Amino acid sequence: MIFTIAGKDLKSLFTSPIAWVVLTFVQLIIGYGFLKTFDDFMQLQPQLIRLPSPPGFTELVAVPTFATTAAILLFAVPLLAMRMIAEERRNQTMVLLTSAPISILDIVLGKFCALMGMLLIILALIALMPLSLGAATRLDYPLIGSIVFGLALVAAAFSAVSLYVSSLTTHPMVAALGAFGALLGMVLMGENVADNLQTRGLGVLATFAQVFSPVKNFEPLGKGMIDSYAIACLVLLTVLFLALTVRQLEARRLRG
Amino acid sequence: MTLPPESVNTSPVTLSARGLSRRFGTHAAVDGIDLELRRGEILGFLGPNGAGKTTSMQMLTGNLAPTTGSITVCGSDLLESPVKAKAHIGYLPETPPLYRDLKVDEYLDLVARLHRVPGAQRRAAVDKAQARCGLADVSRKLIGTLSKGYQQRVGIAQAIVHEPDVIILDEPTVGLDPNQIRDIRKLIRELGGTHSVVLSTHILPEVEAICDRVQIMHHGKLVYSDSIAALKQFHSGRVLLVGLNHPPTLDALAAIPGITRAESAGENLFRVHVAAGADPTERIVALAAERQWGLHQIAPAQTNLEDVFVNLTTRDITEGEKAA
Repeated sequence: MIFTIAGKDLKSLFTSPIAWVVLTFVQLIIGYGFLKTFDDFMQLQPQLIRLPSPPGFTELVAVPTFATTAAILLFAVPLLAMRMIAEERRNQTMVLLTSAPISILDIVLGKFCALMGMLLIILALIALMPLSLGAATRLDYPLIGSIVFGLALVAAAFSAVSLYVSSLTTHPMVAALGAFGALLGMVLMGENVADNLQTRGLGVLATFAQVFSPVKNFEPLGKGMIDSYAIACLVLLTVLFLALTVRQLEARRLRG
Repeated sequence: MTLPPESVNTSPVTLSARGLSRRFGTHAAVDGIDLELRRGEILGFLGPNGAGKTTSMQMLTGNLAPTTGSITVCGSDLLESPVKAKAHIGYLPETPPLYRDLKVDEYLDLVARLHRVPGAQRRAAVDKAQARCGLADVSRKLIGTLSKGYQQRVGIAQAIVHEPDVIILDEPTVGLDPNQIRDIRKLIRELGGTHSVVLSTHILPEVEAICDRVQIMHHGKLVYSDSIAALKQFHSGRVLLVGLNHPPTLDALAAIPGITRAESAGENLFRVHVAAGADPTERIVALAAERQWGLHQIAPAQTNLEDVFVNLTTRDITEGEKAA
């Protein structure tokens, strides 16, 4: 049942221009960034060779490309998620799902899966850029794997937050802006708040704050470090906001 | 009076609601409604706009939680095991829940999937629903490009594609042309043969044409619940519209046995209220001929829903007073 809903939403993403526009712009921006860093790398290469242990292609080209991707997701996810619940409620098509013998949890998970399906396509297309040079140079595959895994987790957390905001309003545009604002707030806060609390000796609060800083939790994975606590934080954030979305939709049934 | 056949219907009860209420803040949109529906029955849910019909439908389909009361669908409690109960319901809300960017058959296939129609039977179920609703020749068209009437039909097809035991239709004939209305009514009567149908509307003739039983809501309360035959008895034949070219005084009309009251209803037209059980038509015609009143028209007055309401609400009060 989850996959029926996911299939429907994925299809509806691709019948609207949004998915195509987002895919195009992400490819253009990341593609340009990738070629630029690649070009710089080629120019620097003669000097790099003289270093005792020179950083390779993966560190200097692939890693920055994926770092830009995290920033791009900040815009892309709210745009892709904005219609998922807001527009179904606006067009009163949500009734179709809530009248069918499906639990609210399945509806939310279905929409989440659709969003993740779309984002995994985007990530796969981006990963193809550095991987396309696999034949020409030696790539650090475990590092790339770790980064892509981390990005998928960040995408999941962003999706959950964006879905929740989409469930709060019936205006897709408001949902997109709201989700973007919430995510930007989390990213900015993540930079400072957790560290700040830690230095003041408020360890418990710092731990709590770290859950809400998805990009900071991505950093270890971005360096190829499997930090289980950071991974747990990303998963927790996703689960938390999916649960909030379910609760919000249930409340609509109770409150009317 | 003979008992209407519905009252001896012994088919299994498919939908029953007890003491259903819904409050929005301090406002009671629906206040203590009871409802029982048997297989093969069509129940008309009648009421003016804002009477609480849509709120009731939303509660009966599990889209709105009642403040108090219970709902049972085919033996499953809608509030305790919603997924099980909802499997027996097909619902057409006021605004049909259509995805405009899907084709008709894609959409119906999706609905069938959502209602867990097994894969092997899905194609047949979709075809059957399309045939029943006259959608076969538009099945490859995008829903967004269809006319309002066809969209409404898709909405109905959506409610019946999984062959639910209980079909709940909220104003299904709104926005249709007279031919389409006739088709839809025919379809609903057909559905009523094997399913239970709840039909909400504010059009009285619609209920008369289709339903076995009628419940009338007013300000969130049920003010009337009986068979359709009793409703007809209740609202027609009690007022006669009489046209006289040389009318006598109103008092002279009111003096005719069997007439309780006469009032003017425009130039040379009179509304004559008839006492219960009496039929003074013949007497009026005879008297008019004898005294040369110039009778040119005599007919039961067409009462609209408004009149029925006035009747019902006043009857409620007088009965209440009698009881007190």
